[in-house]
Amino acid sequence: MLLVELEPAIDPVVNERAIQLASRIRDRRARGIRDIAPGYRTLGIHYDPLQTDLAALERMIETEFAALASLEAIAPREAIEIPVRYGGEFGPDLEAVAQRAGCSMADVISRHCERTYRVYMLGFVPGFAYMGRVDPSIASPRHRVPRERVPAGSVGIAGLQTGVYPVESPGGWQLIGRTATVMFDPGRDSPSLLAAGDLVRFVPVGNP
Amino acid sequence: MTTGALHILKPGLLTTVQDLGRYGHQASGVPVAGPMDTFSHRLANQLAGNTIDAATLEITLIGPDLIVEAETTMAIAGAQFEVTCDDRPLSPGASFQVTRGQRLKFGRIVQGARAYLAVAGGIQTEPMLGSRATHLVSRMGGFNGRTLQAGDRVPIADDSRPRPQRKSVGLTLPTKGRALLRVMPGPQADWFHPDALRAIASVSFRISPQSNRMGYRLQGPPLVRAREDELISEPLGIGAIQIPAAGEPILLMADRQTAGGYPKIGYVISADLPIAGQLAPGDFIEFHVCTHQEAVTALISRERQLLRYADLKDVS
Repeated sequence: MLLVELEPAIDPVVNERAIQLASRIRDRRARGIRDIAPGYRTLGIHYDPLQTDLAALERMIETEFAALASLEAIAPREAIEIPVRYGGEFGPDLEAVAQRAGCSMADVISRHCERTYRVYMLGFVPGFAYMGRVDPSIASPRHRVPRERVPAGSVGIAGLQTGVYPVESPGGWQLIGRTATVMFDPGRDSPSLLAAGDLVRFVPVGNP
Repeated sequence: MTTGALHILKPGLLTTVQDLGRYGHQASGVPVAGPMDTFSHRLANQLAGNTIDAATLEITLIGPDLIVEAETTMAIAGAQFEVTCDDRPLSPGASFQVTRGQRLKFGRIVQGARAYLAVAGGIQTEPMLGSRATHLVSRMGGFNGRTLQAGDRVPIADDSRPRPQRKSVGLTLPTKGRALLRVMPGPQADWFHPDALRAIASVSFRISPQSNRMGYRLQGPPLVRAREDELISEPLGIGAIQIPAAGEPILLMADRQTAGGYPKIGYVISADLPIAGQLAPGDFIEFHVCTHQEAVTALISRERQLLRYADLKDVS
């Protein structure tokens, strides 16, 4: 795998450049490239070393990156809404997050819902989107010992990131709610609901 | 071609359907999976007269006992097991004809860790996102996304057209549970003390029991970081040697996640990944630092070995 590194920062514009660079390289359909995955500020180019002209690939990356250097602003886009039931059995850590933040559970919910989040990258399991940035007042560290089973649809916070577990899996994020939205379905034309670069808003439902 | 099946009587320790892997969806977090020893997977296919991307069964340490419900040609490559077909021992490294109802039984493992069983036309489970590879953690692909169980009927082609017998010498398997793997510096090699890469090349690491298709946890002297920064999660490739905070390396294998946040001191070169795939918990790894040119040369000679088999005169 070839790792292309941009500036070492979690920043929407740097991330947008990584995503667009991935898309431009994908469009060139160079021989030997198996897969391209953008990260926060990097992209991974998985290639077949026997089919790929590495020097030519590196030149192509530089050409495409130079064309992106002027990208300073991100085009506006619609936010995808994800309905969430907060607290109780759906969000077993909501109370602890509120206590740490020194506010009420209702405040945590409204602070989590009032921001529009950017999907920086997907990873961990299929369809798991790393989104940010969370209101720093409700940022929460991961559990020291991860839960063995986090139910599918669980909405969590880890540091300044928030995310939704697409399938039941082990996990250490602080769980504040759950959604019925299917985040990943391999049978769909577009299996993952979210892609890097998308905007997301959480909408509270069914809360008293 | 009608449909046949492999009727599993005993599944063995960890038997999964694998093809070359689920590439093209890592941007959505979909792991690649695929064979732990891609070389032997491809060789088994070539011996059975398949294209290299046909699905095979990956068989780990303890092999299955099964009834072949088809007329077909089969081949086994990779780890060496004592295998019988209706109690008649099979000679290793050669394809063989099977008639409907014959029983294929894997016995004692002699060398290596993972064997690949290819059948003419390939395993015919339903592809998911373009691949039949099983990813165990996300329960995706292969046979219902899981390891085989007793009673399963794994669909295969019923291809009674006789295919010529082919023979080969396979991968040179690790002996006495020790392997030398060549590595190149990883993207965070400079996060460690300058001689850390050389240091990992001067000791042996033991593969811990907490190892699986995702990765091998390596027990040895902990590696000390020169910087304490948190790495921003980034894409991962197979063969990466990542170093968690406790300092014990993890060698990432076929079922690795698509991204991770631990610094990577090095990468095992492509030519040596099949050897890594033939190791099991309790085995030992020694690393040897090499240059990009050495890695390329090693890969070309590894590939020549496969090309030779492709050209090999059929034995009739």
